[in-house]
Amino acid sequence: MSDAFLELQQVTVRLPISGELRTVLHDVSFRIAPGEAVGLVGESGSGKSMTARAVARLLPPGAESSGTVLFAGNDVAALKGAALRAFRAEVAVVFQDPRAHINPVRTIGDFMTEALRTNHDVSRADAAAKAVSLLAEVGIADGQRRLEQHPHELSGGLLQRVMIATALLTEPKLLLADEPTTALDVTTQSDVMAILDELRRERGMSMLFITHDLELAGAVCDRTAVMYAGQLVEERTSSALHDDPLHPYTAGLVGARPRIDGDVVRLSAIPGRPRSAFEAPAGCAFNDRCVHVVDDCVASRPALEPLDGGSVRCHRAVELRGRLQEGAAHG
Amino acid sequence: MSAIELDPTVVGPVPATRRWRGVPGLRGTGVAGHLSALVLAIAGVVAVFGQWLAPHDPDLTNLSYAFVGPIEGHPLGFDSQGRDLLSRILAGARSSLLGPTAVVTLAMIVGTFLAVATAWKGGRFDRWVSAGLDVLFAFPAIVLAIIVSVIVEPSLMSATIALSIAYTPYIARVLRSAALRERARDYIAALEVQGLRAWIICVRHLGRNLLPLIVAQGAVLFGYAMVDLAAISFLGLGVRPPQADWGVMVSTGQSGVLQGYPLESLSAGVCIIAVVIAVNILGERLTERANSVTR
Amino acid sequence: MADEPLLDVVALRKEFGAHVAVDDVSFQIAEGGSLAIVGESGSGKTTIAKMITGLLAPTSGTIRACGHDRSRPAKGAAERRRRGGEVQIVFQDPYSSLDPRQSGAAAIDEVLALHRGGSADERRDRVAELGALVGLDDRQLHALPRALSGGQRQRVAIARALAAEPRLLILDESVAALDVSIQAQVLNLLADVRAETGISYLLISHDLAVVRQITDDVIVMRNGQVVERGATREVLDAPQHEYTQLLRASVPAPGWTPTRRA
Ligand SMILES: Nc1ncnc2c1ncn2[C@@H]1O[C@H](COP(=O)(O)OP(=O)(O)OP(=O)(O)O)[C@@H](O)[C@H]1O
Ligand SMILES: Nc1ncnc2c1ncn2[C@@H]1O[C@H](COP(=O)(O)OP(=O)(O)OP(=O)(O)O)[C@@H](O)[C@H]1O
Ligand SMILES: [Mg+2]
Ligand SMILES: [Mg+2]
Repeated sequence: MSDAFLELQQVTVRLPISGELRTVLHDVSFRIAPGEAVGLVGESGSGKSMTARAVARLLPPGAESSGTVLFAGNDVAALKGAALRAFRAEVAVVFQDPRAHINPVRTIGDFMTEALRTNHDVSRADAAAKAVSLLAEVGIADGQRRLEQHPHELSGGLLQRVMIATALLTEPKLLLADEPTTALDVTTQSDVMAILDELRRERGMSMLFITHDLELAGAVCDRTAVMYAGQLVEERTSSALHDDPLHPYTAGLVGARPRIDGDVVRLSAIPGRPRSAFEAPAGCAFNDRCVHVVDDCVASRPALEPLDGGSVRCHRAVELRGRLQEGAAHG
Repeated sequence: MSAIELDPTVVGPVPATRRWRGVPGLRGTGVAGHLSALVLAIAGVVAVFGQWLAPHDPDLTNLSYAFVGPIEGHPLGFDSQGRDLLSRILAGARSSLLGPTAVVTLAMIVGTFLAVATAWKGGRFDRWVSAGLDVLFAFPAIVLAIIVSVIVEPSLMSATIALSIAYTPYIARVLRSAALRERARDYIAALEVQGLRAWIICVRHLGRNLLPLIVAQGAVLFGYAMVDLAAISFLGLGVRPPQADWGVMVSTGQSGVLQGYPLESLSAGVCIIAVVIAVNILGERLTERANSVTR
Repeated sequence: MADEPLLDVVALRKEFGAHVAVDDVSFQIAEGGSLAIVGESGSGKTTIAKMITGLLAPTSGTIRACGHDRSRPAKGAAERRRRGGEVQIVFQDPYSSLDPRQSGAAAIDEVLALHRGGSADERRDRVAELGALVGLDDRQLHALPRALSGGQRQRVAIARALAAEPRLLILDESVAALDVSIQAQVLNLLADVRAETGISYLLISHDLAVVRQITDDVIVMRNGQVVERGATREVLDAPQHEYTQLLRASVPAPGWTPTRRA
């Protein structure tokens, strides 16, 4: 594996939820090399956004965390003053819910250019020109007019693209993109993904790409990590993950998606519903929804073990290897 | 902030506890809610039975006792006319509470109706009604009271009507924007598609979901109404002296304050403040409780 | 009469001020059929659904469903109720499509009382039946929406729509907000209900894979107009119109390289 640009080591996060500290991330470790795109896939509540927040030092108040986040070799938790500002300038975040992260009373122009003007000493006119050109790149042609508008005048899809353009303005080295295309239709999504892809190749930008769409992650990321109930359960190269899943949950996700081509078959729905970390059963977190469950799975929590050039957190991974895909297709 | 909102699916079972959970109907309003309810209950009892609870005749003047402080049998002393203050406080509760209650009830009923009707109908009806309300909104309550008192004899009734009219546009405006938001939600459209009658949807669903806001607004307005009614009475356009009334007592007591006898204004003022605070706390707690259903 | 389609939409048009949201759209759904409308954001799909359900009045054009005209607003309670029993709709957002202060059982019961009457006991049995049909247990049926997950809420919404025993169910992005594993459960459910009751679907969706899963025919819309129509399989496998081709090429798949429109 190439040298890591971002590295998470056993990150665990606990949050106050209904008056108690509860685990939402458990023992999350992964690395991203310079210029690499890693997908983080999982269902609602699995802890994807919290992972991004842990990296960006944006955990909610009252959060308790352990483990280490290393950015370019430095412990992010220890950054202070100028080093912290440098970190902020190099790491950009596209938030999942743009409307909640944008000041409703300021104009789009103010919002977009603030960082450039205050941290990078760019003049107002230059910053605006740059903003307009980036807006054009994400498919917003009348950028000049948009800069003068307020957030409530923009649809969710437009606002999401504004967030992406804003994140890219400062030319970050690492982009944490939290479901940046959920409000967009497929053709616009394709545009936006193309831009992210280009920037990554041209500038060597690294990216953590969060999505619940396994196919989208597979299409744009070198490697994909699957998250379930606050833990990584599998992490492989994207193509291997999709074609030959090692974890029953990954196989379940693949089998649950209808196919765009071929014959229509009944979907193999995973029974039950997604869990957050603190709702997960003892032992393997997936044991109550897994069709391959055995006594071991209830007795002890499997560790994330290397296998087939990636890693997987399943007691039966070796035994089930190669058999999950067909199970998923016909289940 | 969906990113840091609690996942609504993870509301676990509430562990059964043996702790006292409160009076039915006030559950979940906390100690402050219960205390406020107690204050209001006492105020209510006094409003109904105050005349009979009063130890002395509240209107009996005896100038030789003017401004005499607390003495045996008269724990609050006497006012400038030598009337027993405690008796006046007890007897004054009725008009002091009845006025604001009537104002709030009237303004709420009319305001809610207009808000829901305009939000539902939209279009020209909405534009005309809203424009009319805006015009009304421009008049201060006091000016309206003067206008009403020109038309009818000044009394608690006329002041109440004037204030209700003055408050209605405010209520209608606040509730209309909430009603519009609720109207745009899909469940309302789903009920329309089912073929449910409009007024049933408005009452059973829209109205019920506005109720927490209605209660909260009512609580806030109650405080304003108490103060405004006192001001109107002070101008001689509402309750007329010598009838006992807390608002009137605060203002007539002012002369005493300057002469070093603050008890009249003070005791009536404390009553007003206690009731206003209790109404607001209880309103707030009830709203919070009602909203916790949806979150 | 026997040949009349279940839903017949002819030359439908809707203007919002100067903006033409729906422009000369015609399509039919046969009894028991299943049609998808796909198209880019703002192309007028929801506007069509709203006109069919009577939430919006068409500027011009006609809509007939179950042999009755519904191009004009319903006159009177009886007609409104009859229309409710013919066509129902499930919306996209499971978080706003239920009354926050009403349990699923109460919501379904309200619809049953409106359309079928019957004693409280009979309705209670029917609520349980509908709950079982969409896979909700008794506890979930009697919980307030805030205690339900998005997928469970969406199932309540589907059960409520089915309570009126409509012959056509419109699904406006109804599975888009659901998690993958839950989405699969709901899609399977929709397929089962159709097999069991012969209900027809009008599915509005961005998601071409979902469209393929539960519809037979598709129309593709752009800027308020239909640009392509045909059997779902054929349109998705061999798109003819350039916009359909773009749409098809934009679906992420392994080995996909995102491309930018010129
Ligand atoms: N501010 C917060 N306070 C308390 N709990 C939170 C907060 N934010 C998130 N959580 C909880 O933490 C867990 C993980 O949430 P997270 O937002 O990371 O999920 P996610 O994988 O991003 O889901 P989604 O796909 O819905 O965005 C969930 O159980 C969530 O309810
Ligand atoms: N009430 C309205 N007033 C004015 N314009 C409207 C109204 N409703 C919709 N429109 C406009 O009509 C067009 C079609 O909207 P519609 O909601 O039908 O699109 P859609 O195809 O459902 O899009 P999406 O996929 O984003 O849901 C849009 O340009 C929209 O802005
Ligand atoms: Mg998230
Ligand atoms: Mg729509």
